[in-house]
Parts: sequence; C-alpha cells; structure tokens
Amino acid sequence: MIPYLIISPYIIFFLIFIAFPVLFSIFLTFNKWNIISPMQFSGFKNYIRLFQDALFFKSIYNTFIFLAINIPLQIVIALFLAEILNQKIKFRGFFRAAFFLPVVVSGVVVTILWQQLYGFDTGLLNRILVSLGFGRIGWLIDPKLAMPSIAIMATWKNVGLYIVLFLVGFQTVPKQYYEAADLEGASHWQKFFKITMPMINPTIFLVVILSTVGGFSLFIEPYILTGGGPLNSTLSAVLYIYKEGFFYYHMGYASTLGLFFALIIVSVVVIQKKFIEKEV
Amino acid sequence: MKKTIIYTILIFGAIMFLYPFLLMITASIAPENEISKLTLLPSSISLNSYKQVFSKVPMGRAFINSLIVSSTITLGVLVFGSMVGYALSRLEFKGRNLVFYIIIFTMTLPFQITLIPQYIIMVKLGWVDTYLALIVPYLMNALGIIMFRQYFKAIPQDLIDAARIDGCGELRIIFRILWPNALPALVTVGIITFMGSWNEVLWPLIVIRDQNLMTMPQMVTLFVLGGRSEGQLGLKLASAVSLALPIAIAYMFFQKYFIQSIASTGIKG
Repeated sequence: MIPYLIISPYIIFFLIFIAFPVLFSIFLTFNKWNIISPMQFSGFKNYIRLFQDALFFKSIYNTFIFLAINIPLQIVIALFLAEILNQKIKFRGFFRAAFFLPVVVSGVVVTILWQQLYGFDTGLLNRILVSLGFGRIGWLIDPKLAMPSIAIMATWKNVGLYIVLFLVGFQTVPKQYYEAADLEGASHWQKFFKITMPMINPTIFLVVILSTVGGFSLFIEPYILTGGGPLNSTLSAVLYIYKEGFFYYHMGYASTLGLFFALIIVSVVVIQKKFIEKEV
Repeated sequence: MKKTIIYTILIFGAIMFLYPFLLMITASIAPENEISKLTLLPSSISLNSYKQVFSKVPMGRAFINSLIVSSTITLGVLVFGSMVGYALSRLEFKGRNLVFYIIIFTMTLPFQITLIPQYIIMVKLGWVDTYLALIVPYLMNALGIIMFRQYFKAIPQDLIDAARIDGCGELRIIFRILWPNALPALVTVGIITFMGSWNEVLWPLIVIRDQNLMTMPQMVTLFVLGGRSEGQLGLKLASAVSLALPIAIAYMFFQKYFIQSIASTGIKG
C-alpha cells in the first residue's frame, strides 16, 4: 500500500494536468468554444479550416526557415569553439563561462538586447555598417530577413549549451584512436574530421533534436521583436496558437493547431533520428 | 603562432558574447542624453532609469512574486521528484513499469498540445490571477523524477535496510537518509527547475492579468511592449538588467554547477 501512497500525488497530478488535457484537447478539436458561451459541436470544421489555413502552413514554413539556419550554424560554431576549448589553453573556465552566459539569462533579456542591435535607424549593427560605408539592413523589417535574424539571435543565445555538450561528447572518444592516428602522422584537423566527428554523432543528434523542439517552441522572441510580422514572416507555431487561443478565444481551433504542431514535432524528430542513424 | 590564433579567436568570441551585456548595463546607468549612444564609458553614473522603472511598475513586487513562485516550484519538484523516484527505484509494486513508461511518455509530449486545455482547467478552477496557476502545474515533472530514480538506484541497499531496522518510515528514508547522499542530484534538479521557472514567460502571460501577481519576465515583457516604457531606451534596458541580474549573480557564484547541471540534462528551461 505504501508505494501507492508515495506516488499518489504524482498520479493525481498526471491525471489532472497531463492525461485530461491531452484527451480534452482532442475533444476540443471537434468543437467551437470561446469558454464563455456554450460549446458547439462542429464536427470536422476545425480540421477543414486547418488544411485551408495559409497561416498554419506559413508558420510551419517559418519554423523550417528558422531550423534551416539555426541548426547548421549552431553545430558549426559550437563544434569549432568546443574543439578550440578542448585544447590546452589558459583561462578555459573563463571562456566557457562567457560563452555560456546567454544560456542562463532569460530569453526576454536576450531579445531586448538584440532589439538594440537589430534596430533599423539606431541599431548597433546598422551603425557599424553605415560607418564602414555600407547601407542599412532591414534585419527585422524585411520579411525575407526577419526570421533568419531571429535564428541568428537564437544561435547566439544557445550555442554555449551546445559547446558544453560537445565538450562532454569529446570525452567519450577513446584516446587510443588518436594515438593510432598520431602514429600514422594525421594532422589535427584530419583527426577531428575522421575520428571525432563520427564518434560524437549521438551528441550531434541531441543538438539537432533540442534545436528542433526549441524552434517549434519559439514564442517570446517574435512576440517582443516583431509580433509575428512583417507579413507574418516570423509567425511561429506557438505564437499562432497563442493568438488563436488567447486573443480570439478560438479554443477549438487553437487546440487543433496544438495537436497538429505536436504531431509535426514528433514526426520531424522521428525522421531526423532515422536520417542521422543512417549516416553512422 | 598557432596559440596566438587560438587566443585571438577565443577573445573575439568572448567579446561577441559579453559585449552586448556590458552595453546593456552601461546604457542603463548612463545619463539620459548618452543612453542612445550605447557607449561603454558613460561620463557619469545615473540610476535615474532604474528609479523610473521601479516607480512606473511594481518591479519589486514582481521580484518577490518570481522568488515565491520559483522557490515553491523548486521545492515541489525536489520533494515529489524524490518521492516518485524513490518508489520507482527502490520499492516493488504492481504497475511500477507502467508508471515509469507514463513518465517517459510525458517527457516526449510536446507542450503545444496541453497549453489550451491547461488554461481552461485554470479558468474552471478559478485559478486565473492567483499564485496557484503559476505554481501548481509545475510542481512535478518527469525530469526530476527520472534524475532521482537514476541517482537513488546507485545508493547501497544496506543504507536503506539499516534505516528500516532503526524503524524509519519511507518518507524519513527519503528525506533523512537518501537526500544527504544525493546532493549532486538535488543541485542539478534544483538549478534547472529554478532557472526554468524564473525565466518562464509564456504561461504567466496566459494566466496572469493582475499586475500585482506578475513575475519578472512577464512584467518586463509587458513593460517593454506596452506604453509604460514610453519608448525610452534607458527604461527598457534598466528593466532587462533587473530581470537578468538575479540569475546572472547566481550564475557567477555557482557557474560550475550551472554548466554541469544544464549540460547533463541538455535542458535550459
């Protein structure tokens, strides 16, 4: 009896805050409801609307743009800096801590910071460009550039985490491999590409998954910087759910969006897993 | 020669990551006419921006709210996480595997699916605009349970048997015998949970409308977005610094633990 008593708080918690919401969210997809007036059964209307909803597809497209820039950039920079930090250098702790600082700070702070860098007229980046004799760039006001700008900002915020993950990954590579390569006279970067890279595939997979889930969770950055604009080019999955649910109180449709985004996240991660496993 | 290149890259990298923070701090303490220059060396130091932020919105109150919410959540995750982790690793009972699989399942469940129904639950319970809405849905999580389960598995059975012979109940075993032997797990779960809830902003934006109940990230977000900051750069930056400072100070002191904890779980809140 005692084991059940001990886990009972979690079971109650799970039933109320996880199991019931999942089932209720599926139920909501067949209804029209704004919480205040009575719920109306709407059949498959939410699903039909979803498949005709250009904004839904736009937000998925935006997320993929984000990921297409964020993931490669993050992996290349993190691997490069981790490889450098992995050598015998002074002040390693300081550099690691500096790269890691944006990871612990709130996304709200990072976003407010980058707002000052990305500003069109007075932003720091454009001031530098102008002083070097170039024209201004519409980091956040050009629909083609807004999402890439956010992806670069997210890379800056998270790369410290991935540096540390790669540093941990490097420790898992058996030392004998490098010793054998040294006997063959392999250069530093040869060893890196021929031995280290293939051996840390699990870490790369972890980075890809964390970034993917992160990309689909993107919210506060566009919420503060652009509100989803210009021309919905930074409308993220969560921002769209948020607007439908808590702006328009379309609980049924917002649930349908949530369900589909969740399905897409899970499928993308499964596909990535297959793809990366094949690479090994 | 090679060393010089390496240090050049590292120093350049460190500047890239630290410079924006320095800029934010110096601009927030610069006198009004120098703020927009984003200079690293203001001619004098003025706390005017901070005074204005704290007089326009109850930022002190938001700090206390954040502290209450994050501490309660962290305590809850530690207590309940170690209870369930203990049951799963040390007690035999029917359905134990099922419970474990359920917990693994909740880890893979994207939050996008539960966001709307959880809000409706808050409305129906009458918890909107209360601390309960900010705290209760976060009191337990899979990560805490799994970390404690892993950690408790490695603790020798003799220790638990000896405590039983002395007449300890299960809860006493968990909190008096296992906790002192599981400090790394407590630190890891504690840091991740506290940081995660300190930085959480989507959920508060959904369930809190009352200014007196807002946590810091929400307060700062609405302050920056809304008319309160009146587009004044100094005020925006001062509010951002106020939000960053508590975690940044904690990070400075416990940097090693922060990095280890977050790296060992791959989660950044």
